[in-house]
Amino acid sequence: MLPAAFDYVRPSDLTETVQILAQRGDEGKLLAGGQSLIPLLKLRFALPEVLIDIGRLEGFEYVRVEGEQLRIGAGTRHAFLAASPVAREHAPALAAAAPQIADPIVRNWGTIGGSLAHADPAGDLGSVMIAANSDFVALSNRGERVLRAREFFEGPFTTALAPDELLVEIRVPLARGRAFGSYSKLERKIGDFATVGVAVCLDMDDGTCRTAGIGLTAVGATNLEAREAEVALSGRRLDNEAIEEASRRAADAADPTSDLRGSAEYKRDVVRVYVQRALKQAGGMNR
Amino acid sequence: MATEIAHGGIGASVKRKEDPRFIRGKGTYIDDVVLPGMLYMKILRSPHAHAKILSINADAASVLPGVVAVVTGELMAAHNLAWMPTMSGDTQAVLATDKVRFQGQEVAAVIASDPYLAQDAVDLIEVEYEPLQAVVDPHKANDPGVPVIRDDKEGQTDNHIYHWEAGDKAATDAAFAQADKVVSLTTHYPRCHPAPLETCGCVADVNPATKHTTIYMTSQAPHAIRTVFALVTGLPEQEIRIISPDIGGGFGNKVPVYPGYVVATAASLLLGKPVKWIEDRSENLISTGFARDYHMSGELALKDDGTMLGLRVRLISDNGAFFADAQPSKFKAGLFHIVTGSYDMPAAHIIADGAYTNKAPGGVAYRCSFRVTEASYLIERLVQSAAYELEIDPVELRRKNFVRKDQFPYLSCTGWVYDSGDYHGAMDLAIEKLGYEELRREQAEKRARGEFMGIGVASFTEVVGAGHGKDYDIMGLRMFDSAELRVHPTGKAILKLGVKSQGQGHETTFAQIVEEELGIPFSDVEVREGDTDNTPYGLGTYASRSTPVAGAATAMVARKLRAKAQELAAHLLETRPEDLEFERGKFFVKGSREHFKTIQDCAFAAYTNLPDDMEPGLEGVTYYDPPNMTYPFGTYMVVVDIDRGTGEVKVRRMVAVDDCGVRINPMVVEGQIHGGLCEGYGIAFTQLITFDEAGNCLGSNFMDYLLPTAWETPNFEVYETVTPSPHHPLGAKGVGESPTVGSPAAYVNAVIDAVAHLGVRNIEMPVTSDKVWAALRAAGVDA
Repeated sequence: MLPAAFDYVRPSDLTETVQILAQRGDEGKLLAGGQSLIPLLKLRFALPEVLIDIGRLEGFEYVRVEGEQLRIGAGTRHAFLAASPVAREHAPALAAAAPQIADPIVRNWGTIGGSLAHADPAGDLGSVMIAANSDFVALSNRGERVLRAREFFEGPFTTALAPDELLVEIRVPLARGRAFGSYSKLERKIGDFATVGVAVCLDMDDGTCRTAGIGLTAVGATNLEAREAEVALSGRRLDNEAIEEASRRAADAADPTSDLRGSAEYKRDVVRVYVQRALKQAGGMNR
Repeated sequence: MATEIAHGGIGASVKRKEDPRFIRGKGTYIDDVVLPGMLYMKILRSPHAHAKILSINADAASVLPGVVAVVTGELMAAHNLAWMPTMSGDTQAVLATDKVRFQGQEVAAVIASDPYLAQDAVDLIEVEYEPLQAVVDPHKANDPGVPVIRDDKEGQTDNHIYHWEAGDKAATDAAFAQADKVVSLTTHYPRCHPAPLETCGCVADVNPATKHTTIYMTSQAPHAIRTVFALVTGLPEQEIRIISPDIGGGFGNKVPVYPGYVVATAASLLLGKPVKWIEDRSENLISTGFARDYHMSGELALKDDGTMLGLRVRLISDNGAFFADAQPSKFKAGLFHIVTGSYDMPAAHIIADGAYTNKAPGGVAYRCSFRVTEASYLIERLVQSAAYELEIDPVELRRKNFVRKDQFPYLSCTGWVYDSGDYHGAMDLAIEKLGYEELRREQAEKRARGEFMGIGVASFTEVVGAGHGKDYDIMGLRMFDSAELRVHPTGKAILKLGVKSQGQGHETTFAQIVEEELGIPFSDVEVREGDTDNTPYGLGTYASRSTPVAGAATAMVARKLRAKAQELAAHLLETRPEDLEFERGKFFVKGSREHFKTIQDCAFAAYTNLPDDMEPGLEGVTYYDPPNMTYPFGTYMVVVDIDRGTGEVKVRRMVAVDDCGVRINPMVVEGQIHGGLCEGYGIAFTQLITFDEAGNCLGSNFMDYLLPTAWETPNFEVYETVTPSPHHPLGAKGVGESPTVGSPAAYVNAVIDAVAHLGVRNIEMPVTSDKVWAALRAAGVDA
């Protein structure tokens, strides 16, 4: 558990960061909270030549509403998000997920941006961002571009970010009606990665679902969108029939593999159960 | 149930003397030992479970700046140290020479000026392997065509290790012939690992001039280790010193000698400099002593009314690539034949066979007295099954068959003499504290609503505190233990012991025994352990033996000193010793309580004012060989709720009634019980070392090998009954392992109880949510 040798640089602001990335982005790794990267270094699975430490950049940790969006600095720690009343009011799924991430130590150190850019298919936040139809802002010394969360995750630990790019902000659209959001996570013990995670975001108008977003954790090569289930709910009343159909379609969207956490069949069924429970809760029905 | 009492002797829940230094981070663990000129060692391990070594090329590693030496099996073989003996009479490779036999096996070692460089160099060693078929399933280990793992052993033509039987076959067959009902259960007690938070390690320091060897080592048994080192290396024993500093948990994992110790010592000898070797977490999990891995089939013969008639067990132990079980040499399956448990069983027969597989060696007694954990699990699960088959309440079936209080000392059908017990008493208290009847009503209501709730019971009997030395030994060394007590002129004492605490609180508990027997306040008694030059010979701390054996030795040596102090008091009071009576550190003249001398007065007199014919000083040593084991027992009851959608199990309650005889420090005992119940939870629900078909270990770090935390574990409700041991000088029994031995069956039985009405009789440990889900869905339960 001893890492190999590496260089270490600590830029003082984003401008300097993107300059360093332009020069050494290919061979380097960004270090924010280090909660995924440092274990990989210790196992020598990651052998970067340089660590670019952005863990102490100023003005990188915020959760605020701007126009029709909730904007979150990529350097925001999980614990900050979990404690944010703004997030609780405007992004209930995100607020529900934040305290379920790993354990208190990881939440105190780990950052939202670091977690998303790491793109672990068992990471919780990617599913929430998919369900919430979020956008991600990437910065390089070439400029800024906006990526859709649903197009961000390209494979396990692989994203649409270029080597010289840095994830700087997450933008979550606000609901027009009543925002319902939930995150259900099955884990073997506290701090474990999810066996299955399900994020549900609904924009509700009375008992009718205006739009629906469903993201799935740890049941595919990336965080997944349950597109067919979302379509089944759009513009529909949340009755038993709709719920059954949507939860069945969400289970179909899952593409899990069997491992020590359980069989593929099991994980798919837990997706169904979690979607069903979330929708029943949203519809004010008993389980 | 800590109670405030005025003294610090037996029964006082005083705070642990050792804790301030641990809490402040001022303990000295093995990695805190730093010696001048020290070098660092890292080990290259096999990526294969079974492979021939074709070549090892260390050229690139050797020339890396900072690298001092690369040690291979060839070099060790040149010094006759490529192999070493195990605790079960087998041999184990120190560094592989011919082939590797498990993933993680030691292949080579690098000694460098810095641990990071040592790791860099390890990565540069090139080993050419020819992979062989891995033997993973012990049931198929002796099938035709399966490669022989131990082709190094002359005459070994298969993967069979041992055959061992206990009990009476004919009597057992006769009992089964009369049975109305035979209930059977086949179950696997899976491989798990003690995973102490401090991994194994050592600093070996061979003085190049004198050749005196000092090894700082995380060892639970430093004296035995020294003797083994002397035998293996041929070094004179008096020139070897093992120092076991503070230990961050042992749980049986730190009893054996590991290859790293031998290589580090050889390297220090060759290089003339101290060599430090510290395992990382994965190395600890994949290569050092695992526990359990027993594949068991039990059959219980009963009458229709529930009377037990006989028990049959067949088991296969998966011992890995080297038979390295830590156990007394007489017994190939440890103390497994305690398997009749708490029941008055007329007959039993046990057949055990061991299998070599391409897995790490071990078979250590993980918070367990040599396989009693597997035995207790089997009988308690089997009895629970029998209750469902006979439609008798699991509590009633147990009560009907318990060994009764008036039957002690009880000779079991497999030859154990249970010293004392009151099984009905412990069960009654557990039922009362749990509110058993009310919970059964709740369960019935929930069942009617389609909810799943279970109540699990386990009534275990442990066997701890080895020896008697005639029957119990480690590599031939009899399992006695020792205590040396010196009272200084100012009345302050040093107690030196042959055992070695790893967190059990010896510095407090043993000082309290001295206070009880001699009246010197426990705070004035310094307890020293772990340094073979400065403590009397002992076999060490494991198998819950410290209080039964070293605790008895402490009481006996204190009594010796008390007798001498009484003579000194008589001298000071100008009377005869027999005219004095002793009470809490004071010798009173009988009938004249105002005339007395304190133990401190006597201690001072021992060095300043003593009778002419008396030897000066107040010091003694006692070696204690116990006449019998002690048999702690108890009843554990668990309530679980199951999520029918996901199969998740929530442990709602855990009531533990323990009887370990007289409790010296009740708070320390409760702490031990909490720890053991927590580990029992881990074993029952989360902790698993398993392998894929190629023999790759699937539990090699804490992301995969899951230790429970305060979040998962329930609030433990602990209670006691007290049935003293009749043969222990203080009436005490061992306790540290009871909760790990007794609780897994209680947890699992609770899950089974929730689904027993669906016909489910077994879910294998660890009971994970996916297994429970599968059992529910197979029984047609949907969500």
